[in-house]
Amino acid sequence: MKLVTLKRIFRAGLMSFWRGAFVSVASILVMTVTLFTVGVTVFAGVILGSGLQELRNKADVSVYFLTDAPEERILEIQDLLEARPEVLSVDYVSREEALAQFRERYKDDQLTLQALDELGENPLQASLQVQAQDISQYEAIAEFARGQDALEGGEAPIIDKISFYDENYRTALARLQGIIDSAGQLGFFVILVLIGTTIAISFNTLRLAIYTSRDEIHVMRLVGAGSFYIRAPFMIEGMLYGLTAGVITLLLFYPLTYWLGGATADFFGGVNVFHYYLRNFVWFVCLILGTGVALGAVSSFLAVRRYLKI
Amino acid sequence: MIYYDRVTKVYADNSVALEDVSFSVEPGEFISVVGHSGAGKTTLVKMLLAEERPTDGSVFFESINVHEVPLHRINDLRRKIGTVFQDFRLLPHRTAYENIAFAMEAAGRSEEEIRSDVPHVLELVDLMDKANNFPDELSGGEQQRVAIARAIVNQPDVIVADEPTGNLDPVNTFEVVQILKKINDLGTTIILTTHNKGVIDSLKKRVITMDRGKIIRDDREGKYIL
Repeated sequence: MKLVTLKRIFRAGLMSFWRGAFVSVASILVMTVTLFTVGVTVFAGVILGSGLQELRNKADVSVYFLTDAPEERILEIQDLLEARPEVLSVDYVSREEALAQFRERYKDDQLTLQALDELGENPLQASLQVQAQDISQYEAIAEFARGQDALEGGEAPIIDKISFYDENYRTALARLQGIIDSAGQLGFFVILVLIGTTIAISFNTLRLAIYTSRDEIHVMRLVGAGSFYIRAPFMIEGMLYGLTAGVITLLLFYPLTYWLGGATADFFGGVNVFHYYLRNFVWFVCLILGTGVALGAVSSFLAVRRYLKI
Repeated sequence: MIYYDRVTKVYADNSVALEDVSFSVEPGEFISVVGHSGAGKTTLVKMLLAEERPTDGSVFFESINVHEVPLHRINDLRRKIGTVFQDFRLLPHRTAYENIAFAMEAAGRSEEEIRSDVPHVLELVDLMDKANNFPDELSGGEQQRVAIARAIVNQPDVIVADEPTGNLDPVNTFEVVQILKKINDLGTTIILTTHNKGVIDSLKKRVITMDRGKIIRDDREGKYIL
């Protein structure tokens, strides 16, 4: 294609976008709703997923060692645990790390930190944080750890205590997981319908916008314009609608996630949507703008087609 | 140059728009097609532009059967035919200048050609001072003159004017007819459909008279007789 033709197509698309302001504003608003729905769907998925993950993480087994336990023996037990098929991961938290974490957690609580300093030495225990493949396996893992400690012939036991959430907690968690899973399946379907509906509305809005130009398309045909030359500016215009709607949506998410960030972090356990949004901003830009531009281009392409058949 | 060969058009509701119509147009001719509303004048024009397909028969333009031209090549044919309509059909979001330039852009003409030719045709239709006005800022007569300028800017072999004076007052009608005559004097073939008796009688050119889809008269130097 010649450069001058490309230039004319872009100029015509921009001109139509600018001069047909009322139709443009209406189309952009509808597309913004669509893209907003897409974005909210992503956030909802992240919040639900990470919420469950957070609950799962909380249900790990913590093996606490006596303060005088030699580190090599702790690491031996870590190796043994890691070799078990039901174990997903084992994290070793040394006494120094435990102290640093404690100080970080209570950095605003001078009284506690003062009490810690008065003790003179580190009172915290080293620990192994064990995650199981499945929440039903914690009992077996705890038993295994206890057994390893007892088997160390001749030497004093080094495990002080093993804590993990009890049967009731795990039953509740399993039930919650079930609910989230089925809600996820139902939600996925609802979201598909919702996204499908908003896309259909966007598509129809663009169709209506192009319907108002059908006479124009007819005239263009009669003065000898080729299909591509007529269609391409409409596609540019549709892409501009999508791009503008995308930028508006991205801007809207900024204050919205900022406002909801604290609440989602407290309520769903861990995920601050604002931080998530900022951390994944490039990905969101690609998703929202990409969806907007593609929706605009495809809708316009299809909507113009029917008027080109003369 | 143009040849209608036993063209019949029957619409889906069984109304007959054209029945066994045959005639030819020579290069440089100015022919007027007259008849009451519903006589088939507009259908006749649409056939040449391949806007409508005949139920039977063929329409040839420079030995090409226009209804055998594939859809993606039809624009090449239409660029050889300038069209003017009763309702002007200008692009509403483009100025007078841009409307005329569009026809040239669509034909793939260069920016230099557009910059030199558009002012020239605007001058020809006496609208230099309205170049930057949008269609809704122009009177009916001015819009029709822009439409004529758009139709002639690519120097087509033939101009088809379908009731171009239908929406105009007598003064504007006279002006539009004078412009068409001037274009014809420069060698362009003109096919004009109208039911304006005054226009036909003043032209003193060939007149084809239609009634209920049939040609009932074809006079070399005709008058409006119905």
